[in-house]
Amino acid sequence: MSTVPYVNGSRSGIPSADELRSRIPGWGADLDPADRPSVPREIDGTIPEGTSGDLPEEQTEHEPRERSIEHARLTPVFGTSCPPRGVSGAIRKLAYARYSEARAAHWLLLLAADRVESKAHALRSLATRRPDNPVTETGVLSEARHHGLSSRVGHNRVDVVHHPLDPVIVGAPWVLGAWATLRVLRRLR
Amino acid sequence: MRAMVYRGPYRVRVEEKAPPRIEHPNDAIVRVTLAAICGSDLHLYHGMMPDTRVGTTFGHEFIGVVDEVGPSVQTLQPGDRVMVPFNVFCGTCWFCARGLYSNCHNVNPNATAVGAIYGYSHTTGGYDGGQAEYVRVPFADVGPTKIPDWMDSEDALMCTDALPTGYFGAQLGDITEGDVVVVFGAGPVGLYAAKSAWLMGAGRVIVVDHLDYRLDLAATFAHAETLNFGQVGDVVVELKKLTDHLGADVVIDAVGAEADGNLLQHLTSAKLKLQGGSPIALNWAIDAVRKGGTVSVMGAYGPMFSAVKFGDAFNKGLTIRANQCPVKRQWPRLFEHIRNGYLKPSEIITHRIPLDHIAEGYHIFSAKLDGCVKPVVVPPAA
Ligand SMILES: [Zn+2]
Ligand SMILES: [Zn+2]
Repeated sequence: MSTVPYVNGSRSGIPSADELRSRIPGWGADLDPADRPSVPREIDGTIPEGTSGDLPEEQTEHEPRERSIEHARLTPVFGTSCPPRGVSGAIRKLAYARYSEARAAHWLLLLAADRVESKAHALRSLATRRPDNPVTETGVLSEARHHGLSSRVGHNRVDVVHHPLDPVIVGAPWVLGAWATLRVLRRLR
Repeated sequence: MRAMVYRGPYRVRVEEKAPPRIEHPNDAIVRVTLAAICGSDLHLYHGMMPDTRVGTTFGHEFIGVVDEVGPSVQTLQPGDRVMVPFNVFCGTCWFCARGLYSNCHNVNPNATAVGAIYGYSHTTGGYDGGQAEYVRVPFADVGPTKIPDWMDSEDALMCTDALPTGYFGAQLGDITEGDVVVVFGAGPVGLYAAKSAWLMGAGRVIVVDHLDYRLDLAATFAHAETLNFGQVGDVVVELKKLTDHLGADVVIDAVGAEADGNLLQHLTSAKLKLQGGSPIALNWAIDAVRKGGTVSVMGAYGPMFSAVKFGDAFNKGLTIRANQCPVKRQWPRLFEHIRNGYLKPSEIITHRIPLDHIAEGYHIFSAKLDGCVKPVVVPPAA
């Protein structure tokens, strides 16, 4: 006996529209593919009446703002959350100034800057009144209060396989760093 | 003000931070009354997205009350209760003029390939986000909307990203009446996408995940059939068996860059950053959809390359459609659906966490403890 798709025919197990409508609230409310909010994908691009079509007013650039070299100019509006500073800032500026978004070097440099920065901040925080606290900042204390064990065991969760690896991979650079520092200190003595 | 601050991979804390200022005539400052943590915040939290800077405040899903407006703002005034789309957009550039609000060219100097997003990596413009007491909202006349009086705050919050993104994902699938739709991922976006597929006339909706508690919600909240890929040998074969060996007409990837299911892929991307994202779900989507079918990609992927099975997509003649959701285009219709009772988005909120305890919130969400589906963050004064 041959069945779909080896012969032409209709799929099995599709309920009728009436059945679906009675079972599922709102079934078919957006049935017409032409009458959906993002259809057509691109709406008429003519400049709406009453708007000038000019560039928006420009935000003041208080310090040189890094930008993708695929942009012709600085965008008129931009975020000012964390301007590049220090070594990580220098790496970021290089990544933006030298490589386009098409280049792996652009992204790998930015990732490298992220790693440099988080470690630099962790070290620097030791000299402040609020040093980084891996216990409170990772939120691991919630394990006890929010069923860490019972949430994981006996549910066939596939992500549980890598949970023990997560702290190893996150912590490894710190352990290696501490080990290297110790070696250097010993050699100096 | 109190604000969540990123300190490094897997580490966040709440700090006293200078409140945002008006930096452009069309800015508004919004006092946050409710924010959410999103699955895509976890990519930042795990250190996966390039240019995630220490000191950044995350949070692209928030609602609040207008506190102050710039001199050119016309549509809002202090005291207005507003919802803010996760996209920052100008409304007038070449892309916005065509309705591609999520692809605005005037707000993100850091990259041309992606628009601007609140509280994300600097790759999306360097704007601080809403997991704080106050946020700077650029183009206040363009993005935010006053929350309708009848709308519940938590429903409004879900309209800032997760609900429209899921709904948009279903639209990208070009679903027609009677289609078989498979959704990978039973997180908030996947649940909303499954629910939206019915609105567009799907004949069957099958949701795939490995977390039973989320699949339970797919069955009850989204009325879907479910498949736990952790309990079957080969998820693609299983889906073929469930779909007359044709495959699904439409598959929606609502998982994105940190998919589980293949340890090697997970480690090379999420942990070792050798890939811009682990395309496990996308590859399953490509293999589980029927020839000539459509794959809609809603899960967030990073800017680097990923090992995608493009040959299969080519040989099967697939249509692959993707984008960040242009949130504001979805609102009028979604408001109607909420008002008609077809959608009740706040039903999937599982955790309400005070801002000061946000580090634990991130851990609970990331490790999927306590049946966590959608955590909401409540600032101290709210
Ligand atoms: Zn989100
Ligand atoms: Zn624009």
